[in-house]
Amino acid sequence: MTTSNQGLSTGAGPPAPVDTRPEAIKAKPVRHWGRWISAVIVIYLVIALLYSFIKSPNVDWATVGNFLFKPLVLRGVVATVELTVVAMVVGAVGGTILAVMRLSDNPVLSTISWVYIWFFRGTPVYVQIILWGNIGVLYQRFYAGLPLTGLSLGSTGSGALVNHLFVVAILALGLNEAAYAAELVRAGIISVDAGQSEAALSLGMAPTLTMRRIVLPQAMRVIIPTMGNETISMLKTTSLLAVLGGGVELFGRLQIVYAQTFQIVPLLVVASMWYLFLTTILTIGQHYLEAYFGRGFGAAEAEAAEKRAERRAARAHG
Amino acid sequence: MVDDLTAAIDTTALGAGPMVKAEQVWKSFGRLDVLKGIDFQVMPQETYVLLGPSGGGKSTLLRCINHLEKINAGRLWVAGELMGYREKGAVLHEMKARDVSAQRSRIGMVFQRFNLFPHMTAIQNVMEAPIRVQHVPHKQADKEAEDLLRLVGLGEKLDTYPAQLSGGQQQRVAIARALAMHPKLMLFDEPTSALDPELVGEVLDVMKRLAREGMTMIVVTHEIGFAKEVADGVALMDGGVIVEKGPPQEVLVNPREERTKLFLSKVLA
Repeated sequence: MTTSNQGLSTGAGPPAPVDTRPEAIKAKPVRHWGRWISAVIVIYLVIALLYSFIKSPNVDWATVGNFLFKPLVLRGVVATVELTVVAMVVGAVGGTILAVMRLSDNPVLSTISWVYIWFFRGTPVYVQIILWGNIGVLYQRFYAGLPLTGLSLGSTGSGALVNHLFVVAILALGLNEAAYAAELVRAGIISVDAGQSEAALSLGMAPTLTMRRIVLPQAMRVIIPTMGNETISMLKTTSLLAVLGGGVELFGRLQIVYAQTFQIVPLLVVASMWYLFLTTILTIGQHYLEAYFGRGFGAAEAEAAEKRAERRAARAHG
Repeated sequence: MVDDLTAAIDTTALGAGPMVKAEQVWKSFGRLDVLKGIDFQVMPQETYVLLGPSGGGKSTLLRCINHLEKINAGRLWVAGELMGYREKGAVLHEMKARDVSAQRSRIGMVFQRFNLFPHMTAIQNVMEAPIRVQHVPHKQADKEAEDLLRLVGLGEKLDTYPAQLSGGQQQRVAIARALAMHPKLMLFDEPTSALDPELVGEVLDVMKRLAREGMTMIVVTHEIGFAKEVADGVALMDGGVIVEKGPPQEVLVNPREERTKLFLSKVLA
């Protein structure tokens, strides 16, 4: 194969066939003086800001170092991660179910989904957290039975639920997230070409099977980047749980400490450093998830397919 | 090793009756009537070609046959079974989605734009429905899929994703995918219209082989040559009606209708 340049004829007569790639063009690049000048100004300003912050007598760096790896803080970090993961799992699973319900031709299912999304998106998550935290005021006991008839198989005091901060947190954050995730998943499902469903249906695949095996895996490609965004957002939203007191997650714990010691700024620095660290980890993880769900769409597939073909050949001969 | 594309043709379905029978089929989208009283039938092992200008209702008719579209009036049978409905006495009952799926599973369909599943390799595309719908053991499905892909000339591309295949290769995978379900009827919706001219031949070759091996096929196409060579019956559709139908030697060589003559003169020009 030769390069395509050979077709460009400059003089009379056909160009001589070229077998080797010609030398690449060497030209002086355009100089972007403005970029250099502005970069210098920005770096200067950033250094000035960092200097003023680091050297500030109001930031007690000894305290920051003291608290950064304290067991109290580390337990808070672990709790924050746990809450984020569980709330996102609840949100993603719930959101997928809600999205499929919303798109169903069953009017009961799609209405339930619509009302759910309407309610949970229509009220602030902060309010929902406080509401779940105080659910005991609204309902003193939870009954398992037939509503409105007084028939009951048993009941439990709502305190058993409310006193579990973790349960409240999962309810508040997970149920709220499900409403948002539902819209993301729905957008992802709609983005999949209608021909895909038709092909699956024409093979005799039932609508639910078609959704699960053909449409949703392709929708994931669109959904994963936005879900990664939601996860990062969720990680920070867990800090709102501090309003319930009790100090489970990172920010709640630090808030309780600085309410007593008044080391507000250093502890906020500690919190920020941890949140930044965690979101950085999540951003990296998101990259790999996208690569996985983008399979079949990128150039990396050629290599993977080659490897599988080799394995297949080895099996056939072995 | 199987060397016959239709090795597993369901001969039990090849009884005396027609494979496809349409009686006064009407289909409308809103106020637009796309099919206006279609009558035709295709006998087992016949290849039937639907010709005609775009928007004439050919594709819609094909999609009605496997109930991707619901017809508004008339009756449509495949292998003697009413598609999508059950007739009890004089009353029609809509079938459940599951039963419609069971009907569709024995009708293969090939699309203009291939519609391969992009997140699955070629062989996974072919294996998916046999495993999930017919519950064929994985090993057997893998073997059958491999055989089918070899037979359409893609033995080297088993583990390739659709995005790395040419249009002609993708369409051959799509044909293998449909054949893997051992269909008694194959529907082709303009299978070569989205292909580069030099890739059309490889897809038509596979289809001609299928036709000769006795697969019952309904083909919507603009390939007059294909129709002349393998079709048992040809119909020209325009404006939602069948303008003319008959054996290819008559319809394509000595058409009776002016509309057919006009269409052929433009296609063959």
